[in-house]
Amino acid sequence: MRARTVELGLLVLASLITVSAYGLLSLGRADVPQERVVPFLFGVLGLILLGHLVVRKLIPGADPLLLPLAALLNGLGYVMISRLDPQLANNQAAWSFIGLVAFGGVIVVITDVRKLEPYRYTLALVGVIMLLLPLLPGVGRNINGARIWLRIGRFSIQPGEFAKVVLAMFLAGYLVEKRELLAISTRRIGRMNVPDIKHFGPLLAAWGIALLVMVAQRDLGSSLLFFTLFVVMIYVATSRTAYVLIGSSLFTAGAFLAHWRFAHVQRRVDAWLGAFDDPKDTGFQVVEASFALADGGITGTGLGLGTPYKIPFPETDMIFAAIGEELGLLGATALLATYLLFCAAGFRVATKAASVFEKLLATGLTALIGFQAFVIVGGVLRVLPLTGVTLPFVSYGGSSLLSNYIILAILMRISHRSTQTTTRATATAQRQSVSAGGQ
Amino acid sequence: MNSSIQNVVKVLLACFVLLFVQLNRIQVIDAEDLKQHPANTRTVQRDFNRARGPIVTSDGVVVARSVDTEGRFERLREYPEGDLYAHSAGYLTFNLGAQGVERTFGEDLVARTSTLQLGGLTGLFGEADPTGEVVLTLRDDMQRLSKELLGDKRGSVVALDPRSGEILSLWSYPSFDPNLLSSHDTVAVNDAWIALGDEPGKPLLAKTHREIYFPGSTFKVITAAAALEDGIATNAQPVFEPTDTYTPPLTTKAITNFGDKSCGGNLMDWIVQSCNSSFAKLGAERVGPTRLVSTAQAFGFNSVPPVNLPGVEPSRFPSDFGDQLQQPSDDIPVGVFEDSAKLAQAAIGQNDVSATPLQMALVAAAVANDGVIMSPRIVSEIRNVKGETVTTFEPEPWRAAVRPSSAVILREAMVAVVEDERGTGRTMAVEGVSVGAKTGTAEVGREDLTHAWVIVFAGLPNEVPELAIAVLVEADPAIPNQTGGRVAGPIAQALLAEYFS
Repeated sequence: MRARTVELGLLVLASLITVSAYGLLSLGRADVPQERVVPFLFGVLGLILLGHLVVRKLIPGADPLLLPLAALLNGLGYVMISRLDPQLANNQAAWSFIGLVAFGGVIVVITDVRKLEPYRYTLALVGVIMLLLPLLPGVGRNINGARIWLRIGRFSIQPGEFAKVVLAMFLAGYLVEKRELLAISTRRIGRMNVPDIKHFGPLLAAWGIALLVMVAQRDLGSSLLFFTLFVVMIYVATSRTAYVLIGSSLFTAGAFLAHWRFAHVQRRVDAWLGAFDDPKDTGFQVVEASFALADGGITGTGLGLGTPYKIPFPETDMIFAAIGEELGLLGATALLATYLLFCAAGFRVATKAASVFEKLLATGLTALIGFQAFVIVGGVLRVLPLTGVTLPFVSYGGSSLLSNYIILAILMRISHRSTQTTTRATATAQRQSVSAGGQ
Repeated sequence: MNSSIQNVVKVLLACFVLLFVQLNRIQVIDAEDLKQHPANTRTVQRDFNRARGPIVTSDGVVVARSVDTEGRFERLREYPEGDLYAHSAGYLTFNLGAQGVERTFGEDLVARTSTLQLGGLTGLFGEADPTGEVVLTLRDDMQRLSKELLGDKRGSVVALDPRSGEILSLWSYPSFDPNLLSSHDTVAVNDAWIALGDEPGKPLLAKTHREIYFPGSTFKVITAAAALEDGIATNAQPVFEPTDTYTPPLTTKAITNFGDKSCGGNLMDWIVQSCNSSFAKLGAERVGPTRLVSTAQAFGFNSVPPVNLPGVEPSRFPSDFGDQLQQPSDDIPVGVFEDSAKLAQAAIGQNDVSATPLQMALVAAAVANDGVIMSPRIVSEIRNVKGETVTTFEPEPWRAAVRPSSAVILREAMVAVVEDERGTGRTMAVEGVSVGAKTGTAEVGREDLTHAWVIVFAGLPNEVPELAIAVLVEADPAIPNQTGGRVAGPIAQALLAEYFS
């Protein structure tokens, strides 16, 4: 129960930071009225207590860092969005609530994550269907050049966000079954032991899916993420560096192919390498992001005091630039550190997981959050070509927020079972030693 | 498996290290370059939104101020005096940049300078944003009178204090209403900009200091100064036979006197009567290229006067008059140059000589101030938001144009231009004031199409002159044969009369 007390303390800290930021905003800007600050405080505390109570009741053994870190990211993201667009902020608040409900729902429904393992091939099918749905005429929507949206009634959802989670579940199940086969080396190439060619199936499938997504949906970021997910999980399952090397070369080959064949990929790469050659057109997005960050400097312009409207898509893809402008190098670094802490906690859950399936799933889901943050921040900072993926928990967007809360719920469920198992094991061991002493 | 997870952690950590490094590069190391990048419009936009202090004249009239507005930007820049200060205070636009003092003192107006920031520290969390108030040297009464006197004649009036370099009036007609360019409606601003650019009188151009004209006979002051400096002439020697034309060596084309009159005599006579034939002969045969070039440059030609306004045009005097073809002789002491004809014309302010009205006012100021030209100034001080003076611009010398002894002779000669009954500047006499002047009537291509000039200094009798003026009325095909004395003279005279009243 000590873990829950720590968590509660940290949650209060996260909500204090969020509410202080919101209060600061209300000083700087007219569209965030000061009388909203107190209701906001209660709203944030209410949501956070709701989440905490679910955890305390159902998974008391879960890692105490994950929920507060997610709450901090979600809170700061919300403050930034309300600074940029109060209307979107209302939506984001609703999605945060729905996300927390989904978080509770997953914890209630999935009492043991291992129950998912037998459904691995069904999950694979579901994942692929989800990925391909936006390509269907009628329901599929093309927004800002990427065909990754589904229109259902008044809502647009991005099924790809959920496909990532489902495919991670499939991979974990598949690898539990096949990992020993995949780890056997039957060939040597040079000084390296290489697995049999027939086991490359999943890698080739991953490569195919990644290319399909990249080409058909024009979604470079998601394709990169899928591929990273596959490579990370196969590598962790088999401990074979060969998969990483072969996987990377496959991806590089695919990337070159795409760059050679497709204009939109070429444009992205040009905008990356030659951003400042044409700052008004090709390089416009990342150049404006750099100008915003430069304006922020070390300490930032202050919340509500910068001009993040000049950044294109400041609520979604580019929210990191808006945060860097107003909170400066210090704020942006703190945000990146929050992701590192979150991933550290996630990987710790993976290391301690009680079964191989859970271990692989926790690794995959944590890697998704960490590398997704890297891909989008790297894009904004011109380390990578800019691709339209969300900054987990921070960017505006319901699908993304919802899927991230589902990831959080699964990670914490896994964490709870591992501590429970250890406690039980220790208790049994103690009982045995006591009875041995009595003989 | 756990060791593989550790490797994944290492890779992720390496990725984030990359992000940290790049973040530091953008936000710290390259930040200044990025802010200065030509494609970066953030600074302009911020300035447009930011609290900006007023610009006021030395007698306290507000000529530029910011008012709070609703809508696209938080503030609107207003110019209550309309076109009167368009060429000095200038304007601030959103997408066409800024001009005038709005541009050169932009940092002071938004209090981005260190002195203003220190002074504004108490207001850091207070009601008012720190701003700076820029005080012009211009006097509203002088500026207003200059505009009234010039009326609808295209031209310029520059008045300054020769002792300090403070510019008291800087008016160029046609002007324009800067409120048209500071509007938030960028489409309307663009249209206004294009319309003003198409107008034949070039209203957007501050002709007082950004346009150059033939100075004509007003340049004779410099030719005379060159002769006095090296003892080539005194107020008595040499004496030229009266003649109505002068034909430079190697040419047959004669330089005629104004109205084909005959003139000659000594230096005083030449200046009083503005004698072309004598000055052309003096320049081409006695002073020569080297002395004339160096004296023109000592007066400020071929340099930008250090007035704190953008785009100040240097006045021009040619430096190349060809090879020396004949050695010096008793008859022609400097020898004969390939371009002696050009030299003769340059000596009377024609050919490749051109000057801004500001530069010609500085010529009068040099004569008035014992040969020393003070740096011309448009701003006298900067005040912080509490009204305390944080920066004062002290007078400082710019050029030593001539020795004081030469300046005394030039002053006598120029006073005679106004007081002698033969003088060309008799229109400028003011009761109880000692006025010295030189007129200029510069031909522009056609004989009857002329720029009318006067350069003037004035002070109380037996005291150091306290005002120097240049008036230029541009050549106008509708009004042929404008002369400096008749057209520009009365404008200077009225300004003097008002100043000394």
